[in-house]
Amino acid sequence: MTTEPVLQASGLTIDRAGRRILDVPSFQLASGEVLTIIGPNGSGKTTLIQCLALLLKPDSGTISYYGRRIAGGRSALHQRRRLAVVFQAPLLLSGTVRYNVSLGLRLRGFEHNEIAVRTNRWLERFGISGLAERQAATLSSGEAQRASLARAFALTPDVMFLDEPFAALDAPTRQALTAELSQVLRETQTTTVLVTHDRNEAVALGDRVAVMMDGQVRQSGTPQSVFTRPADEAVAAFVGAENIIPGTVDAQNGGVAVVSVAGDRTIDAVSDLGAGTSVAACLRPEDITVTTAESPASATSARNRLAGKVVSLSPSGAQTRVHLDCGVGLTALITTRSCHELGLMPGKEVTASFKATSVHLIPRR
Amino acid sequence: MELILDGIVQGFWLLVRGDPEVWQVVLLSLAVSGSATAISLCLGVPAGAGLALNRFPGRQVIVSLINTGMGAPPVVVGLIVTIFLWRSGPLGILHLLYTPYAMVIAQCVISLPIIIGFTMAAIQQIDPKLRLQITALGASRAQMLWLLLREARLPLLAAVMAGFGAVISEVGASMMVGGNIEGQTRVLTTATVMETGKGNFGLAMALSFILMVLVYLVNLLLTYVQQRSRVR
Repeated sequence: MTTEPVLQASGLTIDRAGRRILDVPSFQLASGEVLTIIGPNGSGKTTLIQCLALLLKPDSGTISYYGRRIAGGRSALHQRRRLAVVFQAPLLLSGTVRYNVSLGLRLRGFEHNEIAVRTNRWLERFGISGLAERQAATLSSGEAQRASLARAFALTPDVMFLDEPFAALDAPTRQALTAELSQVLRETQTTTVLVTHDRNEAVALGDRVAVMMDGQVRQSGTPQSVFTRPADEAVAAFVGAENIIPGTVDAQNGGVAVVSVAGDRTIDAVSDLGAGTSVAACLRPEDITVTTAESPASATSARNRLAGKVVSLSPSGAQTRVHLDCGVGLTALITTRSCHELGLMPGKEVTASFKATSVHLIPRR
Repeated sequence: MELILDGIVQGFWLLVRGDPEVWQVVLLSLAVSGSATAISLCLGVPAGAGLALNRFPGRQVIVSLINTGMGAPPVVVGLIVTIFLWRSGPLGILHLLYTPYAMVIAQCVISLPIIIGFTMAAIQQIDPKLRLQITALGASRAQMLWLLLREARLPLLAAVMAGFGAVISEVGASMMVGGNIEGQTRVLTTATVMETGKGNFGLAMALSFILMVLVYLVNLLLTYVQQRSRVR
């Protein structure tokens, strides 16, 4: 048995200044699903979410909720009153926090008692009941965004749209709110579309991830599939496959493709692609292990072992990016502690190892 | 200087002693300018909000006309209203010329562009994203308008102050359409002009002092309301 999607859209397009900024042939959202939309700035994420939330009229295309096509006017207002949107800025109105959290309920004509119950519940759930009588303008960014989330969840919407809600917050507040939001979404089973440019947020919160570029949804699937099996090179680069190596499949050995890359090197990759196929081999930096001649020898299942030299190091807190020249340029991500223990420095000879299952081949046109 | 001080003292005693003629002039001034401001608010706030929120062909022309109207000389307004209300004019049949109603009409014409202009500016300075958020919260058009006006209430009170200040202090239009008839259309400004013309500088100064006190008290009240809502 298949359940009807909560939200369906088809043929959505928007043109601005002679440029197509949104082109989404089809879109579906299942009940209870949390979809995260990621993509670089200007990729059309916000435009898409505003179309789906009935805040922006597309030039063409249809949007349906529970199979009912939404036209303009009263029908759009009626459906909009069953949705909720949280933007990057909290966008609270002047007045108390309580007034703001209850505002959507008031506009939708809820009973006075129901408004009070729901408002109190969500003030408490987001830990701001102590701020209820404070003026919204006096809140910190984190507190204001909590009020904004409480205002949206109090509406118990059919679909919750979150447009980069934590982008303007400092890192600790963002982490705390991401964890809280994840818990609330699990508890309430709210069907959600979350726009973010934070890959960690997308993985932490999403059941499904869609990658948008140039106004199009370039790939959609589970976080695992999108992050490990990107559909094309641009998606691969965006989802963090920092090593994209051009090559050609030399041979096919029972599901393992042998890819010749620059510098007479070969890379084994689990793939069905046949010999002669021009490919881009994508490899995440955290999948590369770096060893030195002094490292204790140990057996490994990694099929790829490329000798090379350290070119440079880019420390970033507890982790360090090690840029290598192994005939092909590679970037490995290792802990800063390992970096010190291995005595890595520019010019040091090392071996980069990675498994054939870590390499994802994308056919090139 | 002595004349000014004497005038202030005389004005004070005229008010305190409850001079009936002076009080009638004061009350008529308040009634005419208060009514004109109230009518302008009723018409000007929706018009200003409509201009701020909508884009349509000819909007720029209307906005520039309103901006011009904000600085329209009261005598020109008085002349035009007089022509309209003149016995042979388009509205002559109403027999409103030289009545307080004619003064209210003229003062409305003066204050309406000010209220529209201030309202438009007040609504336009609200973050467009806030409008998007209000829409997303499920507001109808009427609810949206109400919430935006609520958000813009501080500058809107400034609009009331500016509108009232413009009409309570104007003299040209009131003189032309009201005629400064004793007991009927005499207001503080027209009485001041008349007394100055007669050389009664002391009385003219006293009436000016009363006018200033009146304007101050009204603005004090509006400022109190404005600042109270700011800290709320």
